[in-house]
Amino acid sequence: MYRLEKRPQPSAVMRVVSPLLAAVAMLVTGFVVFTLLGKDPAQAFYVFFIKPINTSYGFGELLLKASPLILCGLGLALCYRANVWNIGAEGHLTLGAITGGGVALWLGDSTSLFALPLMLLAGALGGAAWGAIPAWLRNRFHTNEILVSLMLVYIAQLLLSYLVHGPWRDPAGYNFPQSKAFGEAELLPMLIQQTRVNGSLVLALVLAGASWFFSEKTFAGFRLQVAGLAPAAAAYAGFSEKRNVWLVMLLSGASAGLAGVCEVAGPIGQLQASISPGYGFAAIIVAWVGRLHPLGVVLGGLLMSLLYLGGEAAQMQLALPSAVTGLFQGVLLFYLLAADIFINYRLRNTATATPPNAAPSSTEAGV
Amino acid sequence: MMIRSILKLAVLVFSAVASLAATSVVNAAEPLKIAFVYLGPVGDGGWTFQHNQGRLAVEKALGDKVKTTYVENVPETADAERVIRQLAVDGNKLIFTTSFGYMDPTLKVAKLFPKTYFEHATGYKTAPNLATYQTRFYEGAYLLGVIAGKMTKTNTLGFVGSFPIPEVIRNINAYTMGARSVNPNIKTKVIWVNTWYDPGKERQAAETLVAQGADMLAQNTDSPAVVQVAEEKKVHAFGWDSDMAQYGPHAELTANTENWGVYYIREAKRVLDGTWKPGETHWGIKEGMVVLKPLNPAVPPEVAKLFEAKMKAIVDGTLIPFSGPLKDSTGIEKLAKGAVMPLSDLMAINWYVEGVDGTIPK
Repeated sequence: MYRLEKRPQPSAVMRVVSPLLAAVAMLVTGFVVFTLLGKDPAQAFYVFFIKPINTSYGFGELLLKASPLILCGLGLALCYRANVWNIGAEGHLTLGAITGGGVALWLGDSTSLFALPLMLLAGALGGAAWGAIPAWLRNRFHTNEILVSLMLVYIAQLLLSYLVHGPWRDPAGYNFPQSKAFGEAELLPMLIQQTRVNGSLVLALVLAGASWFFSEKTFAGFRLQVAGLAPAAAAYAGFSEKRNVWLVMLLSGASAGLAGVCEVAGPIGQLQASISPGYGFAAIIVAWVGRLHPLGVVLGGLLMSLLYLGGEAAQMQLALPSAVTGLFQGVLLFYLLAADIFINYRLRNTATATPPNAAPSSTEAGV
Repeated sequence: MMIRSILKLAVLVFSAVASLAATSVVNAAEPLKIAFVYLGPVGDGGWTFQHNQGRLAVEKALGDKVKTTYVENVPETADAERVIRQLAVDGNKLIFTTSFGYMDPTLKVAKLFPKTYFEHATGYKTAPNLATYQTRFYEGAYLLGVIAGKMTKTNTLGFVGSFPIPEVIRNINAYTMGARSVNPNIKTKVIWVNTWYDPGKERQAAETLVAQGADMLAQNTDSPAVVQVAEEKKVHAFGWDSDMAQYGPHAELTANTENWGVYYIREAKRVLDGTWKPGETHWGIKEGMVVLKPLNPAVPPEVAKLFEAKMKAIVDGTLIPFSGPLKDSTGIEKLAKGAVMPLSDLMAINWYVEGVDGTIPK
């Protein structure tokens, strides 16, 4: 008989190392899967992880795709640190695209320097407003923010669909569900020539820095940490739970809203019915893989982005099905959560009295 | 003399070997690389499946002269541009992008790769190296309507719509017009599911339509869910894009399907011959791009006869589905008797014909 026993002192080192172990375990699994599919694993790895980014355009795509993942992931990490289970980043992103894109359509062919900042502001406010709904409902009626934030995703998507099929449809577009293309002044500046990397990357990195500063150096950030780690202590210290809920939902909404407006003001350049291939949901994995730490989120965003690109390359080069991407993402999260179990618990054989110091080694915890 | 002839022979042999080597170089030359970008999974049993059948037909017809690649589940977001671009970088010379949402990304990439030929399904933007193609699928939808109008007992037809775009509205209208041509009392009820492929939502919509009294179901979505519901509820339905008889052997009366292969093979041959040219292709039953599957024995012989006669009339041009007199669903006359709807209006249609219930979501 084996059972899980809580460790008295979870290893701080393992907490940082576990994402790496999970990534290694993911690669090992990938090796097995590729071999079983009859592909040369070395070539498959090259195609999946190296080829997509060995050109400047490919590397640019990695950064381009990582930006919305990071922007959404940063906000979600704040929520999860404070024990607020927001899974609605996809909806915040969509609303940010709607409000930011709406400003662009309202401005028309404006050449004003303020067009883009105004759009970004509108996107952040739109996302925050969408985040405010589950926050208010939780604080006022004790609703479950997991359900509310998820349901609001679909409402946001249907709202966008309504707008591009109806009032915001391009009159010259044969009644297809797309808005007019945004003007030059309403598009994010390109950072690197011959790629699609745009200002959203800078925004994501600046916000990652700001998020670190907020979490580590401000009292409000400290209150969030305490609320997450020890809710009872936070209550005893007089930290308002409601204020925390408001704060993280608004911040994460704004951050994901920025991701949305950056998509439409970046590579898409107009409003259309689908703007995100699920960044808001993938960002949940990004937040956890990143250990809810801003730097980790940046790295996690890059890794997830690479998995998307690798999945595409595997289809083109190896004729593997697109499910490979989802498989890698799922396997990564699975190993990470498994590793977390073994950081906090250890397996003990209760049938034979094992001496307590014979705890499983750290490698077992990883795989 | 002897030496000379030996020399001559040697030259002859050498040149023969050289020319042989040269031809073998030509034969071993890279096959034409053709790529396909798909919206759904190849196993969706509908739209994408059918395009993939077209790809396989190209491989079968042209053998080692071509090499095909596909990418499935490509979202109509910023990702499409990267996928299309990467396919061009990888040396594909002919690239088919098979969903409306790929229009602008395809155009952007086409400008970057002027020596690659691009083909976009169902759009309206072209370029010197970008052609568009689509089927006159409404011809098939009209014929489904003929059967539905004759066989309905409740005078209520059901239609599961994906997105209210002209392509889908055209099909709903044609289905209704076909039915009204044989039974002016029918009504078509429409439910929009706002997705191309979501078997769960398609199923719910179909169940709702049956609950509202519809006994003839059609759909402009990509999965066989509607046919499955019809089989369970013992009503009738039609396969769409693909033959869906295996999902509803009793329910499916016929299927309106695309044979993309005829077009894909022609385009591949044109690239091989160097005669490819841009343009807009609209092919229908006549050209073999819209194919109605053999009728289910449940269709009475007189209905089958009518169906065949109408199909023949469409093929020889005596029956044009979108021609007057035609009223919209609010009773306003849209086409006078004898008038034929211009292609540009047909491509942008955003109103229901008489006989369709409700209004188009705006």
